[in-house]
Amino acid sequence: MSTPALVTEGLGRPIRGPRALTDDWGRFWHLTYNIARNEFKLRFFGSVLGYLWQLVRPLLFFAVLYVFFTQIADVTQGQGPSGRFYGAQLLASIVLFTFFQEATGGAVRSVVDRENLVRKIQFPRLVIPLSIVLLASFNLALNLVVVLVFALIEGVRPMLSWLELPLIVAMLVICSTGIAMLLSALFVKFRDILPIWEVVSQVIFYASPVIISLTAVKEKLSSTLFHLYMLNPLAGIFQQMRHAVVTHTTPSAAQALGSWAALLEPIAIVFAVFALGFWVFNRSAPHVAEDL
Amino acid sequence: MSQAPAGSPLPIVVQSVSKSFRIPEERSHTLKERALHPMRRTRNETFKALQEVSFDVRSGEFFGIAGRNGSGKSTLLKCLAGIYGVDSGRIWMNGRLSTFIELGVGFNADLAARDNVVLNGIMMGLSPREARARYDAVIDFAELREFEELKLKNYSSGMHVRLAFAVAIQVDAEILLVDEVLAVGDAAFQQKCFDVFNEMRDDGRTIVFVTHDMGALNRFCHRALLLERGEPVHLGEPHEVADRYLEINFGRDPEAAAASVAEGRGGDGEARILEVWAENELGERQGSLAQGRRMTLKARVSFAVDVEDPNASVYVLNDEHVAVLVATSARDAEHSGQFAAGEEAVFEFSFENVLAPGRYNPLFTLAHRGAGLDLMDRLEGAFSFVTTAVDPLGGVVELPVEARVTRDTASPTRVST
Repeated sequence: MSTPALVTEGLGRPIRGPRALTDDWGRFWHLTYNIARNEFKLRFFGSVLGYLWQLVRPLLFFAVLYVFFTQIADVTQGQGPSGRFYGAQLLASIVLFTFFQEATGGAVRSVVDRENLVRKIQFPRLVIPLSIVLLASFNLALNLVVVLVFALIEGVRPMLSWLELPLIVAMLVICSTGIAMLLSALFVKFRDILPIWEVVSQVIFYASPVIISLTAVKEKLSSTLFHLYMLNPLAGIFQQMRHAVVTHTTPSAAQALGSWAALLEPIAIVFAVFALGFWVFNRSAPHVAEDL
Repeated sequence: MSQAPAGSPLPIVVQSVSKSFRIPEERSHTLKERALHPMRRTRNETFKALQEVSFDVRSGEFFGIAGRNGSGKSTLLKCLAGIYGVDSGRIWMNGRLSTFIELGVGFNADLAARDNVVLNGIMMGLSPREARARYDAVIDFAELREFEELKLKNYSSGMHVRLAFAVAIQVDAEILLVDEVLAVGDAAFQQKCFDVFNEMRDDGRTIVFVTHDMGALNRFCHRALLLERGEPVHLGEPHEVADRYLEINFGRDPEAAAASVAEGRGGDGEARILEVWAENELGERQGSLAQGRRMTLKARVSFAVDVEDPNASVYVLNDEHVAVLVATSARDAEHSGQFAAGEEAVFEFSFENVLAPGRYNPLFTLAHRGAGLDLMDRLEGAFSFVTTAVDPLGGVVELPVEARVTRDTASPTRVST
């Protein structure tokens, strides 16, 4: 065996093995987008009613909750003005939570399910969980239109604060992406992440202002517990959504917390979750093909 | 070893690459197992898949990586492709890379051809615009124009492979990494694949081909590397590599060794079969021969001692290792003459190609005067050819058959053949 001379100049580019990211951002985006687009197309055209079925799920869930919590156990009672447009508030929160659930729950199995890609082809591994988040984002965009239409029908008037919507969604997407990266990487090694996450996301549903507005939560909880509750970044995001998009009679996230500065805590958590997710995924990306 | 000419770096340089896999004795897939047995995970066995592999590939070269199953050849290809990271050593590539490790990766059975072609093209490194622009060329190459609206799940496996291969070759890669699993299609398709690869090589592209088929290695490769248990054993001419491969495998595999003794493999070595090949009716060397035409199998031999009236036999084995055709020179050329030490001779077997479409491995033997049992040499697996047919009926051989129908007034129609 002859060994090539130990010179590095005049050689091509080094092959470094699989990574989470890439230098070729164009390909990264095209891959993510096209995988998400194809999945979306499949769901869209997969059945006769296509997109309607996508919509029916959150809407039915909304209808059940709405009837139950306004007619049987009335949670709007005693909430005063913050209970205005309860239907729109509830629907907005449900739509955001549906996104969260699709993005994180869908990502858990994503890397393992795409085993044939991971083992057969070189591409930036992060494309896989990101395409799941992107797919959920497509649904979110359509569902948000439904929320706005519903709100207008219920009597909500367009407000300047609707402009906050992109920012609110951005925070939710960042947080969900972090969790999606974390879960998809961990699931490769620990298969019980799936049932664990199902339970945890149920807990998060009830620990966020979906059914009950933040005002009611604040009344019932001690200040320490409430502080703990607000560490859940979804709490602030959902509340801000209700405030900015539906009605100003319900407090904004900052008002509920008492000050703008207090808002930094959940925001910091959002970015910390994202950073943790990226770190874990990035570390596992080089050997994920072997661990499968 | 080759020196890179100034200004044009070698397409592939591999330097002391090692790669090992950890094989946990008991794989813990759940948190509970980890929590209950925190110490267990330390007992990992490592499997050294590649050890200190170095080589480089020159521009425009068809480079073979040979070895039997588990020798690390596919792992090496995956390291080159960047699918596995290496433990130590380095790899450099110069040029756009395309991997043919498996065709149609990421194809979605519920989508039509267009979406799959575009996505697969992007996977292979095209931009969406390039992928869309090449769609027509892909469909035409795959000959699937009339089925383009069909979902992939309604494709036959042959159509599926054709589409996938068509996408893969549309990617303008300068370096192609080809795995042998590609060669699973029918013989005619395999031949088409290799024809395309040969064209690409003639265009000056560099091809790395992983195989354990020594026939393919001999036919296509300029140079080859032989791996055995992850270690490079031999780097050189394909026929040298093929010889080492046969030596290692038949030397180690007890079953094959026993079989080879029973069949008298190797003979006494007083003559050697140097080379075997096939020619078409025009006398051109071919790996692919049309059914119904005349073809010739030839073997060039060299004598180490003076030999009188040697004879050669050929056993044309099909995929099931059945000798479909056996021929010997002992019949037609019993007195082949006197050959002196150092002389060479060519034995020819010419026949009408009546073989069913498929791949055949001719086994040649060279024997002393007599019934052909006193062997001087035996060569198997050094060469294979493919028979192609336009409209095969399905028999093992297709001989000229005359079919006739006559009406019998008393009884039902009888077809006599």
